[in-house]
Amino acid sequence: MADVTDFELRNLSQEQRARLLGMDTEQLTGRSMFVEFDPDESSRFTYPWAPDVDYNKRSEIDAGDLSATEANIRIRKLMSEGYGTVVVKNPRGKHGLGVGILNRLNLIFEGSLGYFGVGLIDGPNVRINGRVGWSCGENMMSGTVVIEKNAGSTFGAAIRGGDLVCKGSVGSRTGIDMKGGTIIVGGDTGALSGFMMQRGRMIVCGNAGKNLGDSMYDGTIFVGGEIRSLGVDAVEAEMRQFEKDWLTRKLRLYGLLPDEGVDHFNKIVAGKQLWNYDNLEPTEKKLIL
Amino acid sequence: MCGIAGLIHRGRSSVVGSEMTAMLQALKHRGPDSTGYAVYGEGSPGDFVMRFKVAEQEDMGRGHGIHALIKERIEKVDGILVEHGAEVKSRDRATEYALRYILSHDGDTEDMARHIEETEGVEILSLGNGLELIKDLGDAETVAEAYNLDDFVGTHAIGHTRMATESDVDIRSAHPYWAFPYNDISVVHNGQITNYWLMRREMERQGHRFMSDCDSELLAVYTAHNLARGVELEDSLRRSVEEIDGVFTYLVATENQLGMAKDTMAAKPLVLYESDDLIAMASEEVSIRSILPQEIDTWDPYDEEVRVWQT
Repeated sequence: MADVTDFELRNLSQEQRARLLGMDTEQLTGRSMFVEFDPDESSRFTYPWAPDVDYNKRSEIDAGDLSATEANIRIRKLMSEGYGTVVVKNPRGKHGLGVGILNRLNLIFEGSLGYFGVGLIDGPNVRINGRVGWSCGENMMSGTVVIEKNAGSTFGAAIRGGDLVCKGSVGSRTGIDMKGGTIIVGGDTGALSGFMMQRGRMIVCGNAGKNLGDSMYDGTIFVGGEIRSLGVDAVEAEMRQFEKDWLTRKLRLYGLLPDEGVDHFNKIVAGKQLWNYDNLEPTEKKLIL
Repeated sequence: MCGIAGLIHRGRSSVVGSEMTAMLQALKHRGPDSTGYAVYGEGSPGDFVMRFKVAEQEDMGRGHGIHALIKERIEKVDGILVEHGAEVKSRDRATEYALRYILSHDGDTEDMARHIEETEGVEILSLGNGLELIKDLGDAETVAEAYNLDDFVGTHAIGHTRMATESDVDIRSAHPYWAFPYNDISVVHNGQITNYWLMRREMERQGHRFMSDCDSELLAVYTAHNLARGVELEDSLRRSVEEIDGVFTYLVATENQLGMAKDTMAAKPLVLYESDDLIAMASEEVSIRSILPQEIDTWDPYDEEVRVWQT
């Protein structure tokens, strides 16, 4: 990859770019893996075409009369001009704001977002001083997103890395199909949270709805409040000291550490008793089926 | 995907017509096929408002014969009203096929309503003291302009933008649905009901009529069925979560109440805003923001959640 210039990369097809960046194999080495295994990772992966921005260079956008597309284009233009801190005013619940930012950036929304807010991001630190609709942070790769109020359903769906934090309560199916990263909920979460999660960690400080962790493959869910019911193959596991330390550190970082600490949290993991955990080779399965 | 919206003012009236238009226009992308309103005015004691249609919008392009047919159908309705002792105090006509009568009637309104609907091509959209139900093809601004809804003053309203998935694009399949034949009860729904035919056959066995093949109509009939048996609205909503299969979020309005219910999976969206004097809800926050542009606190109700608010 080092042999390829930015100019050459831009002129390649998406498939060719993906191959050059190592995204066509199972051995991903992007930031999502680093964040998952080494939270203190300091050297950050950057896309070759990512503009160099200065966090001290700040600008504002009034999104009140802009469409989501126009607002997103403005954010990109400011990044290309080197602005590292962008404040978006009057988002007024518009859908799809702040999506697809593959760059380091301080992005602040003064208000609430609609559906699919800050999805597909890889790198920015986002603060939302309002609430978000469905599917906030979907497919997020890295960075941090902190929401001051509530969030809708499918919060952090298929997230691969980074920290996605909602200080209020979230809807149903939080972290559905998540593959990495950390989802933190300050309040309650709805039904089927962690449904089919594959990796990563979810922390719920309040209560969890029914069927928590249903059909989860792997990963860990920590719940501070009551769990209405566990889903298929989700089981309670013993909390270890290093996990308590990790929980304490994470929650303190976002101002969500309960006064009483984290001793009351329950840990939920996959029981790994479903059919997909058998030891049969694919050819053997074919014979059976 | 459809869009639903509701709002209720507590202890006061407001221009709910224009408020609902703004909310539904913001949900246009969720359903461009048709738009419907159930708005609750202050009414006048003893008088009924009857909204009815005598043809579908698509019928209007079928030659000159339709105009004579419409005239004939209206004359038949007028005759039935006279036969049942109803006095028509005013007649309004938003479109050639959609009419609004204010009438006084002391007799059996259910019997009268059934008689009117025996006329081919005639469907009562709503009949009540406060409820006025308007639905037509097009977006909210188009419908509001055609039916002069922007000045409508009332206490509460529900509305719907429809993306037709289960039945045709026509007025009879548009929402809201009136809970025939019960005064002032209307329903809007987002979702799919998977035991629709089973439940419909059950309701039909018990004597209820269906005017469309739209699964959402079942919720109106089901609600009417329960309320007629003395079940409270909140209990009817709770019962529906148990008895009706599928994914749904729906709103029910009565003369002085507005209720919501969400299915067991919480698969269809609803965002709620609640203050001392106004409750607003919609499929998306952008709809609520169209009438409350300032920063507000909203949240998503959870699975199986049922709420009822009073005016």
